[in-house]
Amino acid sequence: MANLQSNFIGIKSPNPFWLASAPPTDKEYNVRRAFEAGWGGVVWKTLGEAGPPVVNVNGPRYGAIYGADRRLLGLNNIELITDRPLEVNLQEIKAVKRDYPDRAMIVSLMVPCEEDPWARILPLVEETGADGVELNFGCPHGMSERGMGSAVGQVPEYIEMVTRWVKKHTRMPVIVKLTPNITDVRKPASAAKSGGADAVSLINTINSITSVDLDLFSPEPTIDGKGAHGGYCGPAVKPIALNMVAEIARDPSLRDVPISGIGGVTTWKDAAEFLALGAGNVQVCTAAMTYGFKIVQEMISGLSDYMDDKGFASVDELVGRAVPNVTDWQYLNLNYVSKAKIDQDLCMSCGRCYAACEDTSHQAISMSEDRVFEVIDDECVACNLCVNVCPVEHCITMEAMEPGLTDPRTGKLVEPDYANWTTHPNNPSATAAE
Amino acid sequence: MTQSPFSPGVAAGRLDDAAYSENFSELHPALDPHEALVAADRCYFCHDAPCITACPTDIDIPLFIRQIATGTPDAAAKTILSQNIMGGMCARVCPTETLCEEACVREMAEGKPVKIGQLQRYATDHLQQQGIHPFSRATVTGKTVAVVGAGPAGLSCAHRLAILGHDVTVHDARPKPGGLNEYGIAAYKTPEGFAQAEVDWLLQIGGITLEHGKALGADVTLDQLQSDFDAVFLGMGLGGVNALDVEGGDKAGVSDAVDFIADVRQSSDLGALPVGRDVVVIGGGMTAVDAAVQSKLLGALNVTLAYRRGRDRMNASVFEQDLAASKGVRIMTNVVPKAVHGNGAVREIEFEYVTDDMAGTGETVRIPADQVLRAIGQTLESNGLPDLEMGKIAVTGSGRTSVDGVWAGGDCALGGDDLTVTAVAEGRDAAMDIHASLMG
Repeated sequence: MANLQSNFIGIKSPNPFWLASAPPTDKEYNVRRAFEAGWGGVVWKTLGEAGPPVVNVNGPRYGAIYGADRRLLGLNNIELITDRPLEVNLQEIKAVKRDYPDRAMIVSLMVPCEEDPWARILPLVEETGADGVELNFGCPHGMSERGMGSAVGQVPEYIEMVTRWVKKHTRMPVIVKLTPNITDVRKPASAAKSGGADAVSLINTINSITSVDLDLFSPEPTIDGKGAHGGYCGPAVKPIALNMVAEIARDPSLRDVPISGIGGVTTWKDAAEFLALGAGNVQVCTAAMTYGFKIVQEMISGLSDYMDDKGFASVDELVGRAVPNVTDWQYLNLNYVSKAKIDQDLCMSCGRCYAACEDTSHQAISMSEDRVFEVIDDECVACNLCVNVCPVEHCITMEAMEPGLTDPRTGKLVEPDYANWTTHPNNPSATAAE
Repeated sequence: MTQSPFSPGVAAGRLDDAAYSENFSELHPALDPHEALVAADRCYFCHDAPCITACPTDIDIPLFIRQIATGTPDAAAKTILSQNIMGGMCARVCPTETLCEEACVREMAEGKPVKIGQLQRYATDHLQQQGIHPFSRATVTGKTVAVVGAGPAGLSCAHRLAILGHDVTVHDARPKPGGLNEYGIAAYKTPEGFAQAEVDWLLQIGGITLEHGKALGADVTLDQLQSDFDAVFLGMGLGGVNALDVEGGDKAGVSDAVDFIADVRQSSDLGALPVGRDVVVIGGGMTAVDAAVQSKLLGALNVTLAYRRGRDRMNASVFEQDLAASKGVRIMTNVVPKAVHGNGAVREIEFEYVTDDMAGTGETVRIPADQVLRAIGQTLESNGLPDLEMGKIAVTGSGRTSVDGVWAGGDCALGGDDLTVTAVAEGRDAAMDIHASLMG
């Protein structure tokens, strides 16, 4: 069993799996169950100002999209920040932290974009014994209409300003949670850094309408015949989240900003991918909301086995390992040539590769009378679509051609040397190799 | 219940009412909507799918399953029924394990095919139970066609001709339409009057007249039909049964399995149907299995299915053989009947063991039997028919016989397996050829 102990900006937890600020962390009851199940930490669901709490809709709060067998792939929500009184939440946070001192307890906050409300709430949070705060600059629905959440997160100057206030009024570590509903995530990350944030966490949810009721002609979830956009999360958003995490992790000016990775983490593998792209830990929500808290046990065993396999003594050895390999398209090796290969022993002859290639790609798969499917190397551009649509894992693979062989498609030798677009003769802006 | 399974001889009422109702309940209950969606999600939507190739009626299976998966089961039903108007019955009685489901790539990959037959039933039931008939007739052509036989071949042919605008008269010897769907298939495969309901639904197309009690050769002749109609389709099946040509083969207690099956299907009180304590069914096809299993379900104590070759040569599918075994039927192989013993009524049947190439071994065995059911093949009863080949009507192309203007399909015609689905395909294809011929 590998050592999964995590130390994220000085906050220790027995593993790098935290529950994100969301319904699963709204109450003492839920959080105690989460800690009993093995979660390393939680970010308590966002607290607002003292006084009358926000109200939620009394109709459905979630919408979903599904894959085969009604497997939940994406979830959308229009729930607001906690609708329970501030003092109740603070008491519960204190009680839970007291009973689980080894777990990370982060408190998510969202108050109006003025210094006073932040100055008022931070001492109250500190008093609970919490390990840190996360600034919710991400929620794209409801609160953003009141100038909070993503309304702040979409303006880098506001992010910097508020972060600075928070750092001024607390000794706790400060994580700034970023919205993906922007053009370039490096700008808000940079603003957080300038404001003195200890870390960023991303991504918050994405503006979305998951479906339309075709009888009512209303977006879902439908509240009395109307719908509003919600925040999208779950497995479907993972690729967007991974890219945003990588963009920050590989930016030279942001390299020292710790990242808490969020967005569709469902299995240990997803978590390991976030870590490899530079996240120091991960936060999970939708997977827990879909399957319950017990999934963390698979995440723990899976990451542990993987680290043992790789010989990693600590989570930090994995963090950022893939970052040097994230590059721009223009630097990809254009001399690298591969071809699809179909393992006939694994092939069950469904013909999906053929339909995909024949109808929508390069006509590079042949089909015999007796349903044997083979790659035509003369036509194969190695687009990978056949691999992607094949129902059998590892049945179709992309095999690199050895340098010195001739690519039957182009008739050209496979060159041993690396060469990219910047020096390609077809590139009008090419610069000659020096 | 006055008798028990132990009562000797051929007797009715061996079981109590609850047992009959349990035994003859549906073999494969219908999928509920959730089960259908789960099953539909397993389809890979294969390119040029092997299941379609394996279906004698070429139903676009991936398309109809996708239509179920996307919440449009009635569209799925239309996809099915446009190729196979008896898709509802075929969903119940097709040996899918040797047709579409055997070809399913998931059978190859996991040994668990997509439940194509049950999904087909889900879709067709969904449509038909609403009473929707999704086809309509073309402008009436004024052409008339006589169809002989209201079974799967004849009704399939008649329906397609009716769609195309022709007027069809179907002649059938029996008092009810449906042919083997109504008289020749085990009750537990199609309970609750489905065969008649399907015929009623099919006839909603209009333009089809049914004439009952009209046996070809006895009540109508081919010559007469040819002179009264613009074309004739023969789909009357096989009326005769091969005799048990051994010493004592005519003793009381020896009868035809097809009659026994028909009696079960037509019975309104299973407790009144007599069955032997020791039943021996001779044969190795679907009819033999249907008769053997239903004998057991009626309360026979010992049922033996005796087949002359090995199990691998039986016409009944492995699924059917296993079904028989699971119901307690003993399957004896490599035996041929030598004599039927008994003083008046059958008491024992004597078999000789034979090798795989049917050579006698000289070794014999006698087993108790108070009822012997023959399921050793059916024959075409005929005179004045088009040319025959191997005892069936010779056909070329889409069912053209040696007589101009006369087509044939289903079990009475040569070619194809003797399956409901094959008969439907042959009737449909003959209709298209008749149409081309009439309108050409």
